[in-house]
Amino acid sequence: MTCPLPLDEYPRVVMAHGGGGTVMRRLIERMFFAALDRGELGAAADAAVLALTGGELALTTDSFVVRPRFFPGGDIGSLSVHGTVNDLAMVGAEPIALTAAFVLEEGLSTEELWAIVSSMAAAADDAGVRVVAGDTKVVERGHGDGVFIATTGLGRVVAPWPVRADRIRPGDAVLVSGDVGRHGMAVMVARGDLAVESDLASDCACVHRAPLALIEGGVEVRAMRDPTRGGLASALNELASSGGVGFEVRETEVPLDPRTVAVAELLGLDPLYSACEGRFVAVVSPEQVDRALEILRSVPVSAGAAAIGEATDDSGRVVVRSAFGTRRMLPMLSGEQLPRIC
Amino acid sequence: MNRLAALRDPALVSALAEEIRRTATRPWTIMEVCGGQTHAIARYGLEELLPDGLELVHGPGCPVCVTSAATVDRAARLAALPGVVLATFGDMVRVPGSEGDLFLARARGAAVRVVASSLDAVRMAAEDPSQTVVFFGVGFETTAPAVALAVRQAAELGLSNFAVLVALVRVPPALEAILSGPGNRVRAFLAAGHVCTVMGLEEYEPIAARHGVPIVATGFEPADILAGVLAAVRQLEAGEARVENAYARAVGQRGNAAARSLVLEVFEPCDRDWRGIGLLRGGGFRLRGPYRAFDAEERFDLPAEAPRESGECIAGLVLQGIKKPHECPAFGVRCTPDRPLGAPMVSTEGACSAYYRYRRVGA
Amino acid sequence: MCLAVPGRIRCLSGEGLTRTGEVDFAGAVQTVNLSFVPEAAEGDYVLVHAGVAIARLDEEEALATLECFRQLESAVREDP
Repeated sequence: MTCPLPLDEYPRVVMAHGGGGTVMRRLIERMFFAALDRGELGAAADAAVLALTGGELALTTDSFVVRPRFFPGGDIGSLSVHGTVNDLAMVGAEPIALTAAFVLEEGLSTEELWAIVSSMAAAADDAGVRVVAGDTKVVERGHGDGVFIATTGLGRVVAPWPVRADRIRPGDAVLVSGDVGRHGMAVMVARGDLAVESDLASDCACVHRAPLALIEGGVEVRAMRDPTRGGLASALNELASSGGVGFEVRETEVPLDPRTVAVAELLGLDPLYSACEGRFVAVVSPEQVDRALEILRSVPVSAGAAAIGEATDDSGRVVVRSAFGTRRMLPMLSGEQLPRIC
Repeated sequence: MNRLAALRDPALVSALAEEIRRTATRPWTIMEVCGGQTHAIARYGLEELLPDGLELVHGPGCPVCVTSAATVDRAARLAALPGVVLATFGDMVRVPGSEGDLFLARARGAAVRVVASSLDAVRMAAEDPSQTVVFFGVGFETTAPAVALAVRQAAELGLSNFAVLVALVRVPPALEAILSGPGNRVRAFLAAGHVCTVMGLEEYEPIAARHGVPIVATGFEPADILAGVLAAVRQLEAGEARVENAYARAVGQRGNAAARSLVLEVFEPCDRDWRGIGLLRGGGFRLRGPYRAFDAEERFDLPAEAPRESGECIAGLVLQGIKKPHECPAFGVRCTPDRPLGAPMVSTEGACSAYYRYRRVGA
Repeated sequence: MCLAVPGRIRCLSGEGLTRTGEVDFAGAVQTVNLSFVPEAAEGDYVLVHAGVAIARLDEEEALATLECFRQLESAVREDP
């Protein structure tokens, strides 16, 4: 479906699109409702009213500022859906509804905006979730980076036990759903400032079907985390810190795409600290590892799942055992990784 | 290149470690002078594989660590000038000057851009004549050719909006300083493989001869590093003190003639203040006469200010191998990668950062 | 210091200071300045630092090194 907003009308976002008047109304109806409405959005009320049955609810919020907005494997639109749905899945919740607030920069091409919004719609349909409320603001040229998207996600907790880091026990097994670090490296390449070419694509995807399958399959998942900014290393550090446990990871077991490794080595970066957007870490009891891997590998998004290590009682410390049997710390990053020559 | 896999093969690494164990009959202290080697040793935990008594000390091999605070301050001030953009390697961005690092300078409004190559800085200048690009030229002799090339390219393009803040440093004077230092325990050096790729091995002959220390040009893969250590230990056990090449696939006796030639055409040795160590005669490079028009310090009038260093930071002692990072009272407590007191905690190659990030975990 | 990565020259052009080539680093490709390796040709491996090739990797030496390592490995294994 091509952009329904006649391009000769407004090929670019202008301040009036945020003004609250008819120009804005047209944008909302022909752009956002046209792509995203699945029943609630089009009612155009100030808030969506949802009827929910009993049980616990999960609520999350996220914002998306990725640059470039389009990258191999995804875009800011699909990313905003995947990121939000994945956060809900990490507490054992199935996604029900999303909201999306857009801050648009004056001058953004409406054709590009349509591509982003359509991509969001496709991602939401694929994830089985609806966007039920939204907001649009426009800022002056130079005061926003094209488009920022902020979301909230509402989910229903289906895990019959709490999925929380403090449930991890020393000896528990650490699983990862697939190769790590791809998104971070793919986006760096896509930015173009480092003049590297690679056919590496982001791993951006909704992962929720995998944890839901584990829960349905009776695997008692102690805790989960999706390794976004800061990568696998940061996700493990966060779990360690919240859970009062440590982890020992076997370096040779961590799945890595050779193209991720190639880009990382060239730029002097560590794939273990590079972001993923379609992966998660799950901690399960040692007796359930085989069953968990079997289930994960049967779900497409976690077909590359692997067991990579164990929880230890060395509270707060994440350690990596190398191929040589030597061990080193894998601490939290202080800032972001920067390409180095040294 | 799946040669890399061969050089990381656990069986080979184990065999090399075993051979080192069999060869060393006495305690020895060997220093490596290359941040990249510090990084690799820490990342693969290679020290854990060495016999007790064989001590590997991390010397001032990190050009980021030895770049003076005054130079970092100058970089920040240049970046803040209207119409100037500072192009820098990512390594330098979090090194603390007197008033914070370049990240903070950028947050305050200075124009700072991370580049992966000095040639990108030339491109930036060529593409936008309205701004002056100042390239922060930090590095050892490995990087000097790339900086020399950038200057030559700028000269050939006739760019008037390109300049370099030259902070290049040279290894041989640092080795001399360490060996001449009081209380020096270093008995052999692993020479920085890629510095030798460019400059060759000749500069090290007089040092080895004068001080009676083996100097072994060493690479960066686990097997390369252990091979370098083995070669040094064999010499030490035999009472030899030669310059040896344990990285022959990338290092020739004379180095890279084309690169050396351009470096010596564009630059000449000069005295340089090494952070934490002090003034080293001939410890740096500066632009030669015909190229001084590209010197950022000459082009811009920067006020001289005394840089403020942390009173607690013992970077100098760490860089000279006299103290280990964890022997510093501030290590891991008041000085962490989040809040570094000095450069060796910031650079991924810095000894303190390597220790902190890749701390050997008790067996 | 001195992160230098080996890569294979896919193609090259130009001369002198602007001699450049596309170098393949196990799948990641970068445009690299080749002015310091005038003897390097398509298919050769070069060592690249900060976007500039600083050496042509000597194939014979590389093989010799690996052979040397192989011998050491067997010697150590045979002599426990």
